[in-house]
Amino acid sequence: MKIIACVRQTPDTETIVKIADNKTSIKTDDIKYIIGPYDEYSLEAAVQIKDETNGEVTVLSMGPNRVPETLRACLARGANSAVHISTGDEEVDDALIVASALAAQVKNMGEYDVIFTSTKGSDSDRGAVGPMLAELLGLPYLGLVSDIQVADGKFACKRQVEGGLVESFTVSTPAVICLEQGCRGQARYPSLMQIMKAKKKKIETVDYATLGVDGGLAKVEVETLEYPPERPPGRIIDGDSLDAKLDELVRLLKEEAKVL
Amino acid sequence: MSKSVLVVGEVAGDGVAKATLECISEAKRAGDSVEAVLFGKGAKDAAAAAGKAGAGSVRYVEEAGYSLAQRAATVAGVISETSPGLVLMAANTYGKELAGVLAARLKAAYAAECTEVRFGDDGQPRAVRPMYAGKVLARTKLNGATSVATLRQNTVEVTNDGADASVSDLALAGSGDGVVLTDSSAGSSGGEVDLSEASVVVAGGRGLKEPENFKLIEELAAPLNAAIGATRMVVDAGWKDFHYQVGQTGKVVTPGLYIAVGISGAIQHLVGMQNSGCIVAINNDPGAPIFKVADYGIVADLFEATPKLAERLKN
Repeated sequence: MKIIACVRQTPDTETIVKIADNKTSIKTDDIKYIIGPYDEYSLEAAVQIKDETNGEVTVLSMGPNRVPETLRACLARGANSAVHISTGDEEVDDALIVASALAAQVKNMGEYDVIFTSTKGSDSDRGAVGPMLAELLGLPYLGLVSDIQVADGKFACKRQVEGGLVESFTVSTPAVICLEQGCRGQARYPSLMQIMKAKKKKIETVDYATLGVDGGLAKVEVETLEYPPERPPGRIIDGDSLDAKLDELVRLLKEEAKVL
Repeated sequence: MSKSVLVVGEVAGDGVAKATLECISEAKRAGDSVEAVLFGKGAKDAAAAAGKAGAGSVRYVEEAGYSLAQRAATVAGVISETSPGLVLMAANTYGKELAGVLAARLKAAYAAECTEVRFGDDGQPRAVRPMYAGKVLARTKLNGATSVATLRQNTVEVTNDGADASVSDLALAGSGDGVVLTDSSAGSSGGEVDLSEASVVVAGGRGLKEPENFKLIEELAAPLNAAIGATRMVVDAGWKDFHYQVGQTGKVVTPGLYIAVGISGAIQHLVGMQNSGCIVAINNDPGAPIFKVADYGIVADLFEATPKLAERLKN
């Protein structure tokens, strides 16, 4: 299988996010960037499927100048090659713009069997790029796959949907498939040897401006960013004994919070 | 600009999916008129309930299987006919994939996982959506003639004061593609309550010490008909699978009641549950950060407190 794995560089999940003075973006000075935690799992699945099918994985990521360090980490984890759609110093965060740029670049990349995306970026929390990319490339799409196997040149996929049902699908290639975390277990850490090897691989850079994406597609305008309201301080329930505390808790849940 | 909303949803069990009813109710608060398209087996019989929630007209599509390509073609047909200002669906499995496809097809603004949508005086929709797992809320304006949004489950009220809707059927348009549904059946977690839809969640963390002790969480969840959640540490250690993880790299949940047992409250976990209605924490460390977000805290040994609480809730 020839696989394109789309990844996004996102702030470390432990980051304390601070709103910038313009109130429409966040302060990026002290942020440590990592491979999107959901993308870690989809990349792991891509690498496993590559190994099973004697295939190859190209990682594709759009973003500013700092993205190659993340792509380097993807190469260490087993990707064969990497392409960076560079936006220079600028951070582009519109889903349709990103999907359009990825689609334009994919069209320049020759034959492939499947494009993998993941649940969502841990920054914008949308999960929009996968289905948009499929639509723009005219490919079938399947979202939120939690189990993926290759059989007879097709994918056998399962997903858990709301209400406890498990749906099974056969997906013909080429297609875009969004992989849920854990669909192929934990992401493995690269060995020192893999890290050293990855340093020698070349990362291809494509200038975003050359892809001809219409800037007018960006139709979501952030008016303001704000912090969510803080929860009013709660209370530690006092009591002479654990039994007394628990009795009081049950009473409060029934009478004050009215949730029982 | 039209302040009309097209809600796209589905049936679940014998009725309209709760997530769809939430969308219809929110659509009614957002604009002037609400039309709904309901997909699924039994959509015809469920249509009246969509009217009660606020849809003025309901079109049902009796569907034998499931095809995203066909749903997208069907909804695109309705959009070109009625030109709604906003197309709204639930941020569930079906809604998320349909919304992305439609937004790309229409070249429309798309706001995902919203917690509120309203039309502004200028006729353009405004959407509030959490970013960075809820560390920040973005107030966004959606530009263009038709916009697309998904609504996060369990974050808005369902209203029930609507009138009778005009109900009509709608044929499935388009044709299938390379994604073919071959089976749909109850999963291995059959009978368990779904985490993102649950009204009560009981979650366990590192304090449980051993994977076997997770049964304490299950025993507390049972009398509450609660879904079970877990922290990243529990999932990383392989005690529970990924579907149970609550937090920035798992699911974001907003139940009416969240009971955190043996969870210290790392930021990665807090952002996944801090918008729950009422939070109860049981932990032996009074300094644990979980107590800062908990409405009610019990400082105690969880191995003693959890079974005792389960006992009380059975009655």
